[in-house]
Amino acid sequence: MAKRIDVSGLSAYYGSFRAIEDISMTVEPRTVTAFIGPSGCGKSTFLRTLNRMHEVTSGGRVEGKVMLDDENLYAAGVDPVAVRREVGMVFQRPNPFPTMSVFDNVAAGLRLNGSYKKSELSDVVEKSLKGANLWNEVKDRLNKPGSGLSGGQQQRLCIARAIAVEPKVLLMDEPCSALDPISTLAIEDLIGELKERFTIVIVTHNMQQAARVSDRTAFFNLAAVGQPGKLIEIDDTERIFSNPSVQATEDYISGRFG
Amino acid sequence: MSHAAIVEERPSTLRGASLPKWSPWAIAVGSVVVAVGIGLVAGLDSKVQWGLIAGLLFLFATYGIAAAVEGRRQAKDRIATGLVWVAFLLAVVPLVSLVWTTVSRGVKVLDVYFLTHSMGIVADSQPGGGIYHAIIGSIEQVGLATIIAAPIGVLTAIYLVEYGRGKLSRAVTFFVDVMTGVPSIVAGLFILSIMLIFEMEPFGFAGSLALAILMMPVVVRSTEEMLKLVPNELREASLALGVPKWRTILKVVLPTSIGGIMTGIMLAVARIAGETAPVLLLVFGNRFINNNPFEGAQQSLPLYIYQQYANSAGANAAYDRAWAASLTLIAFVMILNLVARGIARWKAPKSGR
Repeated sequence: MAKRIDVSGLSAYYGSFRAIEDISMTVEPRTVTAFIGPSGCGKSTFLRTLNRMHEVTSGGRVEGKVMLDDENLYAAGVDPVAVRREVGMVFQRPNPFPTMSVFDNVAAGLRLNGSYKKSELSDVVEKSLKGANLWNEVKDRLNKPGSGLSGGQQQRLCIARAIAVEPKVLLMDEPCSALDPISTLAIEDLIGELKERFTIVIVTHNMQQAARVSDRTAFFNLAAVGQPGKLIEIDDTERIFSNPSVQATEDYISGRFG
Repeated sequence: MSHAAIVEERPSTLRGASLPKWSPWAIAVGSVVVAVGIGLVAGLDSKVQWGLIAGLLFLFATYGIAAAVEGRRQAKDRIATGLVWVAFLLAVVPLVSLVWTTVSRGVKVLDVYFLTHSMGIVADSQPGGGIYHAIIGSIEQVGLATIIAAPIGVLTAIYLVEYGRGKLSRAVTFFVDVMTGVPSIVAGLFILSIMLIFEMEPFGFAGSLALAILMMPVVVRSTEEMLKLVPNELREASLALGVPKWRTILKVVLPTSIGGIMTGIMLAVARIAGETAPVLLLVFGNRFINNNPFEGAQQSLPLYIYQQYANSAGANAAYDRAWAASLTLIAFVMILNLVARGIARWKAPKSGR
């Protein structure tokens, strides 16, 4: 059951340094939203505030509201661990658990949170690997180590691991930047399939990827070095890439800076 | 028609002359021969002096010959290689000599009887007897010390790496650093003073406590390093799945670093297995088998070696027993090391395809 995200007045700090300022946006369920913008403008920081991973960094602090359907993730008394079970994340570099087999990796989200019988886990693992388009490649080597796969396969393994816990939202922080073009294409196709089940937010440096994959695109930028990042424009992908409203967006998209 | 081609012999800028492959060996043999000759002529007796002369001759000859034939850069390269080899020999020769001496002198009395009987009724200056009581004592004392020090050390390291941020963790790090330098006899005196306050007699567990004090900082340090080696992205991957922090540490971080942690613990154990000073003060030694570490004096291998040497009034039987016990102690430590390596390899994150 994918959920909708409503962000209002969000600012994130590292200690006393304000990294992003006053962000407000809406992400509809079962859509793909891409965050684009130059390096250092706060896209990844903002992404990490959506599943309360920002506060894991030393000195991380958030002000503002993030509503998941009708619950504020930053309300007092909300358990960050429970938030992260609803909002999953895939990271830039594939990071399967090295001591676990493929099967154990996919089942990790479930196993580390409760005890399950092997038969229950098998079904979930198969479903998740099929959902990540990895089942055919690994079904004969489920007990081999997860780190023995290629880069693209490892990233799909991480995606399978993330969707095995059935999150409502899936965050992806530059998931293809460490991969070759063929693996990138495989993952982009996968995102197209996954959006039927989850709300997806993807940070990407690659504007063509944003254009291919997303329904809506948000452009972030810094006023100057040392200034906090801001949301400049968010709109349907087609409109942003053909007829953006803000000049800065047009400059970035046409490569005048970035 | 044949051309008489005029070919200019230009020296290649890419190639230079080079010494044949067997030249280091030849120079080494040559320097040894010359050094022996100088030693004999100058009346130097010590083989060590001959060795040093040979080493110096080798280095100088290498530099000179290489500089003449190949060039100065290659000569410097050969000198560096030569210095590394000389250093290696300086490090390895005493070690090999030590092992050789211990083995050759230790096997004289080492047999199954020796390993399964205690000193009992045999006087120190008489042949016979064995080290069974010392082996039992060592195993019990070291074992109890490990049971105390290893969990405390690992948990402290986990706190310092995963949770510690403020003053408490700085204080803990400071004190661990101080404890690393505590001399073993001071640790023994500390426990002894407590024992004297309570008017206790020597017993094996007291030695374990002192050994645990010595072992703990080593375990903390090595575990800290192993935990820091676990990449942060693994912790983040686990946290992002909605796994609480303590479970992340227990199920992801520790299994990833367990091989290194076990190696660190084994090495700490190997270190305390040979500590004599605290055992001397606290466990006192015993001729008879004492299987209970909580009551009565016990024997331990390093203490046994010391007592055989000191109390024997030069009897050969005692020296032989001391050597055999030394061999047993070295074997004990080596087996621990091999077990540590085996565990580390078995538990290492695999990358099978």
